[in-house]
Amino acid sequence: MDRKADPPQIALRGITRVYGTGEAMVRALRGIDLTVEAGDFLAIMGPSGSGKSTAMNVIGCLDTPSGGSYHFQGVDVSALNRDQRALLRRNYLGFVFQGYNLLPRTSALDNVELPLIYKGLPRARRIAMAQEALEKVGLANRAHHDPSELSGGQQQRVAIARALAGRPGVILADEPTGNLDTTRSREIMDLLTELNRDDGITIVMVTHEEDMAEYARRHVNFLDGRIAEDHQHDSPGG
Amino acid sequence: MLLETFRLAVHAIFRNALRSFLTVLGIVIGVASVIAMVTIGQGSQVRVTRDVESLGTNTVMVVPGQGGMRQGGFTADRPFTVADAEAIQENLATVAIAAPYNITGITAVYGNQNHFTQLVGATTALMDAMNWSIAEGRAFTEAEERAGRPVCVLGQTVREELFGSIPPLGQTLRLESLACEVIGILEPKGATSFGEDQDDTVAIPLKTFQRRIAGNDDVSIIFIEARSDVSTARAIRDIEALMRDRRRISPGEEDDFSVIDMKQIASILTGITSVLTGLLSAVAGVSLLVGGIGIMNIMLVSVTERTREIGIRLAVGAQARQVLMQFLVEAIVLSLLGGVMGTALGLALGALGAHLMSIPFTPDPFVILVAFAFSAGVGVIFGYFPARRAARMDPIEALRHQ
Repeated sequence: MDRKADPPQIALRGITRVYGTGEAMVRALRGIDLTVEAGDFLAIMGPSGSGKSTAMNVIGCLDTPSGGSYHFQGVDVSALNRDQRALLRRNYLGFVFQGYNLLPRTSALDNVELPLIYKGLPRARRIAMAQEALEKVGLANRAHHDPSELSGGQQQRVAIARALAGRPGVILADEPTGNLDTTRSREIMDLLTELNRDDGITIVMVTHEEDMAEYARRHVNFLDGRIAEDHQHDSPGG
Repeated sequence: MLLETFRLAVHAIFRNALRSFLTVLGIVIGVASVIAMVTIGQGSQVRVTRDVESLGTNTVMVVPGQGGMRQGGFTADRPFTVADAEAIQENLATVAIAAPYNITGITAVYGNQNHFTQLVGATTALMDAMNWSIAEGRAFTEAEERAGRPVCVLGQTVREELFGSIPPLGQTLRLESLACEVIGILEPKGATSFGEDQDDTVAIPLKTFQRRIAGNDDVSIIFIEARSDVSTARAIRDIEALMRDRRRISPGEEDDFSVIDMKQIASILTGITSVLTGLLSAVAGVSLLVGGIGIMNIMLVSVTERTREIGIRLAVGAQARQVLMQFLVEAIVLSLLGGVMGTALGLALGALGAHLMSIPFTPDPFVILVAFAFSAGVGVIFGYFPARRAARMDPIEALRHQ
């Protein structure tokens, strides 16, 4: 495939995000320019309050920027309404959160199946795809366990399986290892690396742990709502 | 997708079965009371109609005054005499039987027992016409009737209340200043559809009543049976004409007596029953409304509790419409469940009530359908507001919710 002919997967131009008005106004993003090509592996870093989470929300189409433009695979996201952004998330994006965010009292399989329900796929197909995603994260034998019966690392892997199930182009991971010990964190990072390498899924990850950022090919550092640094990095795992 | 939403709703409801049950309790009670009320009401109507028909559809009552049964019962208008009844019996070809009688409430005393009952001053003709048969002892003789002898016949209730296990025949019963001998016991007749115990009665000869109880020659009611080969309406016209003549009512003047067709009474009673049924059902309907508010309340709590779930669903690509449908369908399924349980409970209560009141159990599919549709409607109306709140959530806020 000739990549140069394609528009970049994610293109942010002069993105600003302002909360509140007057005295209480907070400028979370003060003009972000960021281009992510398909298949990239980004680590977004920065102190808390630097705007990295806000940027993730904008990229994930959960939040709308106050200014600037955001194109996803050439489509102007700012022109999309709420429901169209939901469609974009459904078909192109997968989310992994620090707190796993699995539905309680719902089996791993049902959790993974969730995005597929909204895709309107028939039940047999959904179960096959969810099963496949669980296999990929090594939890095929835990399909019928509730989140409360799984360890933190396993829960996060279920969450990754959920993000994967809809076969998205991009996985957005917000502090995916924030609640895990080092060993489990490494397992999660190995998994993400594998998905990036073998399946060509673009990974955008927010983290404040240098160790975890090591896995990424590109480091973007946020400071006070701006990108302070953006450089390629040779990942040891790669 | 709708099937999925339905599955999801059932899943959510049974995930918290106890709370779901408590949530729909209001609907259950509402639907149950509407169905029970209507079922019992319709059963009573069937019973009333049947009772009146058993009296004979060609039966009419003549009472003094114009109010009749409609406005507070009998009035103080000029009463009748035995001669009036005799005139009707003798002069009208359309009338088979005309029997005069009197009724009053009285305390019957035997030994140290006393019991408030209904005293009837009757003739054997009347007792025959009203199907009062003697179970023990005998009825009045003509001689006793003519002489106004102090003899009485008791209903089963009076016998039980006053005599218990003592054989009553030959005993002396005191009715105010009248001491009368018990000569017979009536066959039990049960309660009327008014709930009046027909066995709670004492009968004495009409003349005894007039002389010893009332102290005059008045007759308060004339019981008439029209001949079976003529229409009741014609008999009524005849009776009215004759009575106007006997009471010297000039043309253009209003009657000072009423001729009551028992068929009319049946329709009046049926009317009263249906109004009562309607009123009670309306009250029950209000509890349906309250039940709906209960559902809204719990759904609002549920939406708040499940904020994070909503956030997750939005993040993985649920559209507002889909979240709205999820909660709306959940509310509807909840209230329909309440409707099903309420229908079952209502029918059970209706059957029990029918049994206790000895009226026929007549469940009406239409009412069940309406109560059911209403409960679904409650789900839609009271589920919409919480569902809309869920659908309008901001995904970021929702995901952050603890």
